Amino acid sequence: MAGFILRRIVQTACVLLVMSFVIYGLIGLMPGDPLDAMLASVPNVTPDVIEHLKQIYGLDQPLLLRYWHWLLAALSGDLGYSRTHSQPVLVVLLPALLQSCKLMLASFCVSVVLSVTLGVLAARRPGGRLDAAISLFAFAGLSVPVFWLALVLILLFAVQLHWLPASGMSSLGGGGPGDQLRHLALPVATLALVTAGGFTRYVRAAMIETMRMDFIRTARAKGAGEARIVLRHALRNALIPVVTVMALSFGTLFSGALVTETMFAQYGMGKMIYDAILGNDYNLALAGLLFATLITLLSNLGADLAYARLDPRITLQ
Amino acid sequence: MRTLGALLALLLAAPLATAPALARDDLVIGIAQFPSSLHPDIDPEVVKQYALDFGLRSLTVWNQDWKQACSICTELPTIENGLAKTETRADGKPGMAVTFKLRPDLKWADGVPVTVNDLVFTWQLARDPASGFSAAHDWQEVTAIDSVDEHTAVLHLSSPRANYNDWGSDSGKGMLLPEHVESPVHEHADGPGDYIKQTTYNRAPTTPGLWDGPYRMTDYRSGAQIVFEPNPYWPGTKPGFKHIVLKLIDNTAALQANLLSGDIDMVAGEGVGLTIDQALELRRQHPDRFTYIFKPSLTYEHVDLQKDNPILADLRVRQALLLAIDRQTLVQKLFEGQQPVAATWVNPLRPVYSKDVPAYGYDPARARQLLADAGWKPGADGICRNEHGDRLSIEIGTTAGNRLRELQEQVLQSQWKTVCVEATIRNEPARTLFGETLKQRKYTGMEMYAWSSAVAESPRRTLATDQIPTPQNNFGGANYIAFSDPAMDRDIDYVETELDPEKRQPAWAEMQRIYAEKLPVLPLFFRAEPHVIPKWLRGYAPTGHADMSPLWAENWSAAP
Repeated sequence: MAGFILRRIVQTACVLLVMSFVIYGLIGLMPGDPLDAMLASVPNVTPDVIEHLKQIYGLDQPLLLRYWHWLLAALSGDLGYSRTHSQPVLVVLLPALLQSCKLMLASFCVSVVLSVTLGVLAARRPGGRLDAAISLFAFAGLSVPVFWLALVLILLFAVQLHWLPASGMSSLGGGGPGDQLRHLALPVATLALVTAGGFTRYVRAAMIETMRMDFIRTARAKGAGEARIVLRHALRNALIPVVTVMALSFGTLFSGALVTETMFAQYGMGKMIYDAILGNDYNLALAGLLFATLITLLSNLGADLAYARLDPRITLQ
Repeated sequence: MRTLGALLALLLAAPLATAPALARDDLVIGIAQFPSSLHPDIDPEVVKQYALDFGLRSLTVWNQDWKQACSICTELPTIENGLAKTETRADGKPGMAVTFKLRPDLKWADGVPVTVNDLVFTWQLARDPASGFSAAHDWQEVTAIDSVDEHTAVLHLSSPRANYNDWGSDSGKGMLLPEHVESPVHEHADGPGDYIKQTTYNRAPTTPGLWDGPYRMTDYRSGAQIVFEPNPYWPGTKPGFKHIVLKLIDNTAALQANLLSGDIDMVAGEGVGLTIDQALELRRQHPDRFTYIFKPSLTYEHVDLQKDNPILADLRVRQALLLAIDRQTLVQKLFEGQQPVAATWVNPLRPVYSKDVPAYGYDPARARQLLADAGWKPGADGICRNEHGDRLSIEIGTTAGNRLRELQEQVLQSQWKTVCVEATIRNEPARTLFGETLKQRKYTGMEMYAWSSAVAESPRRTLATDQIPTPQNNFGGANYIAFSDPAMDRDIDYVETELDPEKRQPAWAEMQRIYAEKLPVLPLFFRAEPHVIPKWLRGYAPTGHADMSPLWAENWSAAP
């Protein structure tokens, strides 16, 4: 097990190195440079000022050389300076990461609980009324645009009912945990509803397949109760494929919640990365994307470890 | 599960009903962009200027009536009052001496008085190339500053300049930096560019000593919100709010929903909030809920023409293209008439506007005639052809994803088609359009976009020969149409250096006439700023130019 984890960590480091080069190169190939945006509203800018600013921001150097400087600094723990926030990258990245953690963990937990519950209920009588209702919910979650769902929730709970705030991360002055939770409620609900749709379908399918297996029939023949069969025997087996999907989704959620974060004015990783790419903020975009990659790889590793835990026949070598 | 249960319990324990966002002591303003930094002279942005205007004041200002006035000075220097005069420099060339008297009661928010030391420090910093000032040009025109006393300084300019007393907030050029806070930072900066990273405006923007306006910044969360509270040392009108919050909601649909839910009280109209069509739609749906102000601005929407395109090189074709557009109907249908049609880049509200320029009304018959005179005859498919059989087909581009521009583009396309001109649409993302296509003049036909200018700004940036972007000048300048006209260049030089406004006026009129006659671009309209403010807000007065409404934020208050 230790060897397996060590190997995967080395693989992860290699992937990150390659990704850093690819991402840096791709951002560098995008048209325009940061000075275009900076100087767009400055009258009387002279060529020597442009040249001088290029030197200050290191834009006069070839892309490869800039990457090399960045890599050396990153290896020593310095991820550089964010041009679009005028702060060190870590100062910008850490609050965004924290916000994403809150949002993603909460929505992930809600969606997992919801989808497992609904998936199991639907699989008990495939084709029945409950299954049809749950499938409708799942397909609705899968097909509804996040943007639209977010807007509907805002209009219902913030504009009409005035139960919850429409945006932001806390009230003026910071607010307590309760206040922050109220600000998280709508974005979490949006993400959880959308994510739970897909998860529910996976859980349902896996449960239906598992419930048809011989060991379930054996358990029934031995007189095990339905709840024990479903929760102890079937669910544990059905979760093995589902865990992979969930683990990979978790990584995607981290950097892919752009729409939700934008709609609810939550400054998380998705929005940070998007803004950084649009603003030609190399250092921040690179750090954000590498963190997202790292989280995806770690989620994958977590899924592999979970396999071994869920299925004793699987050994990690 | 236990954690989730605890979280849900906390959520349910919180009061269910959301109170209105904040009491009337506070004003929450929704903005759709966020400043990337807060130093007034580095990396200028409209949204940064908007935020800074609550907490920093410039030497002078253009007021709501588009007239120049003092902001933190006591008397506007002019030739007439003797505070500005020409002088002979040591090298025998003409220069200028401009005397500024700072308000003696003005203090930074930490209680330290604003003095000439701050003015001298700002000038010295701007002249240091390592400081990374983007808008250093105006300060570099100042060759020396004499400190007469703590609050009086004489600025010596390298040459007589028409804008000698224009030290407004535009690009932060007229805003003073606190010597007592920023001087140690500058002294300890380690090499070029380090000051940008170390400046207190970026590292610790809630430092009271950074702010000399009616409000000071007390909370800054990058990418989320900025909070201002009254500056206790502000000597002017007492600010009417305990907090002013700028809250980022960059999706405009969410911005509208936040307005309706009361999470925000108003949306700034200075290009950092809703677009005009969204504000008009909001007004249609909720006519009585808010006050809607559509303030004509200096932002000029137009179509650049590629002069190297042989079709567009013909003046008759350019005139025909403009005559074929029903601009009045376009602004009426799309913007309910709130955005005035433009004759040139000079807004009629500007003091230098000239009425005597050739007008191009909607006249498709004359457009067809001009095209026929230019050798373009309608073909069987309705599109004109010349004697060589070439189709009268021109590409038009704009910023992709900008719904309003794409709509305008379709209107133009269909109106041109009626006079046998085919316009093919080729839009690009804004960063490509401005970063490459326009800058390197790679477009083949027409490009539709907008730019803004200051109230008294000459058209050097966009019309002078020396501002044509080339590899030699690092693609500096914004004369993307490569317009080059000796008379225009001469007039630009003249209006920038002649000190008598009366004498400048004929040159301004001639520039507008040249522009309208040679038609290097197709003027469309001037944008209007859509301000959506609460009914209870008093003292709010948008300007329409670069000195934005927050420069008078101390006058804002809630109705009793």
